[in-house]
Amino acid sequence: MLRLEPRTEASRLMQWCSPLLAATLTLLAGLAIFWLLDKDPLEGLHYFLISPVKDLYGVSELLLKATPLMLCAIGLAVGFRANVWNIGAEGQFMLGAVGASGVALYFAESDSALILPAMLLAGALAGALWAAIPAFLRTRFSANEILVSLMLVYVAQLFVSWLVFGPWRDPMGFGFPQTAMFHDAALLPTLLDGTRLHLGFVFALGALALGYVFMNRSYTGFKMRVAGEAAEAARYAGFSARRVIWIGLLSGGAAAGVAGMAEVAGPMGQLTDKLNFGYGFAAIIVAFVGRLHAFGILLASLLMALLYIGGEQAQQYMNLPSSISMVFQGLLLFFLLGSDVFIHYRLRIGRARA
Amino acid sequence: MTEASAAVRLRLQGIRKVYPGVVANDDIDLSVSAGEIHAVLGENGAGKSTLMKMIYGVSRPSAGEIHWEGRRVDIASPAQARALGIGMVFQHFSLFETLTVTENVALALPDKPALDELASRIEAVSARYGLPVDPRRHVHALSVGERQRVEIIRCLLQDPKLLIMDEPTSVLTPPAVRKLFDTLRQLAAEGCSILYISHKLDEIQALCHTATVLRGGRVSGHCRPAEETPQSMARLMIGGELPVCEHSPADGRGELRLRLAGLSHASADPFGTDLRDIHLDVHAGEIVGIAGVSGNGQQELLQAISGEETIAEKFPVQICGVEAGRLNAARRRRLGLCFVPEERLGRGAVPSMSLADNAVLTAARNAALVRGGFLAYTRARRFASECIERFNVRCGGPQAVARSLSGGNLQKFIIGREILQTPRLLVCAQPTWGVDVGAAAFIRQAIIDLRNRGCAVLVISEELDELFEICDRIAVLAKGRLSPVRPIGETSIEDIGVWMSGMWPGAEGSGGEDDRAAA
Ligand SMILES: Nc1ncnc2c1ncn2[C@@H]1O[C@H](COP(=O)(O)OP(=O)(O)OP(=O)(O)O)[C@@H](O)[C@H]1O
Ligand SMILES: [Mg+2]
Repeated sequence: MLRLEPRTEASRLMQWCSPLLAATLTLLAGLAIFWLLDKDPLEGLHYFLISPVKDLYGVSELLLKATPLMLCAIGLAVGFRANVWNIGAEGQFMLGAVGASGVALYFAESDSALILPAMLLAGALAGALWAAIPAFLRTRFSANEILVSLMLVYVAQLFVSWLVFGPWRDPMGFGFPQTAMFHDAALLPTLLDGTRLHLGFVFALGALALGYVFMNRSYTGFKMRVAGEAAEAARYAGFSARRVIWIGLLSGGAAAGVAGMAEVAGPMGQLTDKLNFGYGFAAIIVAFVGRLHAFGILLASLLMALLYIGGEQAQQYMNLPSSISMVFQGLLLFFLLGSDVFIHYRLRIGRARA
Repeated sequence: MTEASAAVRLRLQGIRKVYPGVVANDDIDLSVSAGEIHAVLGENGAGKSTLMKMIYGVSRPSAGEIHWEGRRVDIASPAQARALGIGMVFQHFSLFETLTVTENVALALPDKPALDELASRIEAVSARYGLPVDPRRHVHALSVGERQRVEIIRCLLQDPKLLIMDEPTSVLTPPAVRKLFDTLRQLAAEGCSILYISHKLDEIQALCHTATVLRGGRVSGHCRPAEETPQSMARLMIGGELPVCEHSPADGRGELRLRLAGLSHASADPFGTDLRDIHLDVHAGEIVGIAGVSGNGQQELLQAISGEETIAEKFPVQICGVEAGRLNAARRRRLGLCFVPEERLGRGAVPSMSLADNAVLTAARNAALVRGGFLAYTRARRFASECIERFNVRCGGPQAVARSLSGGNLQKFIIGREILQTPRLLVCAQPTWGVDVGAAAFIRQAIIDLRNRGCAVLVISEELDELFEICDRIAVLAKGRLSPVRPIGETSIEDIGVWMSGMWPGAEGSGGEDDRAAA
């Protein structure tokens, strides 16, 4: 008989092995799903794992996909470490896209080199502003930030729809719900010729580095960690609980806003109502699979990007339903939570002796 | 007293426990008979708690055997230990903070009792054994003294055959201790075995039949406490003479450092004690003690002084001449206040962080452990090392996480961290809670030295002996009111004991007036 036995100390090894275990289990479950759907599991595996990265273009697409995930996840991790639960990166991402688009459309005639920096700033500010709403309601009225930030995702979605169906709709766009294409000065330069990988990827790497330094080296980051680990100790030390909430939410919002900016100024080149890629939600999984640590998030976002692209390919070539990516994401989170049990428990074989 | 023939209930043989980098227990043999009260003695970090945790199934030995009533057993979990009939009162409490007292007790009982009925059982036991607690209260709102009572009651309700008590009296008052001892003797007479850990050697002498002494994780001797003196047992423990505290009377009073000017504050907790019109002055160069049974407003008073709880107006709390009522803890620290809280793990220190990080927690500013907004790691490590060395903290070094320290050693670290910041005003709750006799003497001396260097010190403790040893003036906090403050020479332990029930001259409203007259 198998049974779980509490460990006396949380296992450090398991803390880092658990994401690997979860990834492996996700893979095995994926094989089983292909098999149950009467598809060749090995072929499925090929489309999911091998074919997305078989050439340079494939790799560049992978990094492109990972870019918004990294940005959103590192921002969220700052809050999560301090027990501030921002679930609404998806909405902050959309607002970031809106802010950047606004700048691009307003200065459509100009080709100043300052347009991109202004878009970046506008994206970050708009994302942060959207996250400021739950922060304000939480610090002022103790409203639960999980609910508020989540609800605001739907508000953001409707807001984007209103813009692209209404005031911002491209008059030459045959009535499609989208803005005009941005002009060149408002587009992020690509990093490699012949690929779509753009400067946003560098922003993402920068954000990871910044996140690492902030969380592990700065005094403010230290305060955030203390607040997350032991709220009483933070109060004893006199760290302001409000500040922790504000910083946690604003950094998540700003990072997601930058991700939104990079999306419209990158592969999309315009704002449309099809902004709901789910990056903001997937980033929650990425943050946890990456153990809320910058380096872990780097790896986890690559894995998640692989699932996104693999899902698309499997859909295309194997005739699978489009929800297959979501299924894999769900499996990954499910197995991660399952494996995390082993951080605090160990598996024993045999009966408990009374 | 047990007869030699009494059945051996628990026998340990060759027990060894290794933590990364530390051998906490090595080759330990120990046996306890039915009805025997057996003391386990040793300095902080000697390995007492480690050994007890293995008996209670919290951790497992790296080597060695445990025999229970003649049978070899492998105790894998506390639930299994309870099923065998083993109960334990932990040094670091093991209560669920978000649950009520009744719910906490219910969790430890094998069958699921009706909560109402259990609550009345708790009330009955608490009345019978003189351990007052309100079963409806949430644990997070209880002071450490009250939590300790809950732990004890929870154990007693399990009808154990072996009761392990890891420093159960560290924050109980003398009358409560006497009652507890009567209870324990009665339990022993009924055949219950008791393993008793305490740093209070007079208690051990009064209570225990036999004793095993640990030093550095090994058995270093056995004795019969009744045939020893506290001094001789201390020698067995530390392998040398006991340091004595030198306490010269305060020479004149310096400037005013802390003034409570009619502090009234409703407790944030509905079952807490409201503070009522508290007047108190503490000057540079003196140590003022506040005695009292915990749960009488100590928690609230400490939080109001430290700034963890801010109050509506500025003037009732004045720190070094500044009206500080609305300042948070960090701002008050900048005025020169340092503060040692009751709970070490989770409040005074972050359990999962290293000692160096825990130094940053409160000393960031005073010891310049932050430079330009960034952590100055080298300085933090050096500060932690100095604290470890000066206060003789036994641990794996500045990188050891707070949780891995033995209780007494963490206490020494926290006290050291606050004292090394050379505060202008030090507020200390239970300064020697759980530290061994040698270290307790050292900490008291450190506090006295601090006073001699011109610091103002306020000590809140349940231990009257300690207060009388170090304080210059003393008062009692009862039911949220403060008694008059008396110079230590003009009062006695007996008087203060009476005051602790709230009956001091001019009690009921005029306490505040009286205090100012005395001060
Ligand atoms: N989880 C752990 N990881 C590493 N070391 C540990 C751990 N737990 C205890 N130790 C070490 O084991 C030794 C014994 O600790 P233990 O808690 O048993 O001491 P103790 O005798 O109960 O002391 P005290 O009187 O201070 O409570 C100490 O050196 C301590 O640092
Ligand atoms: Mg101990």
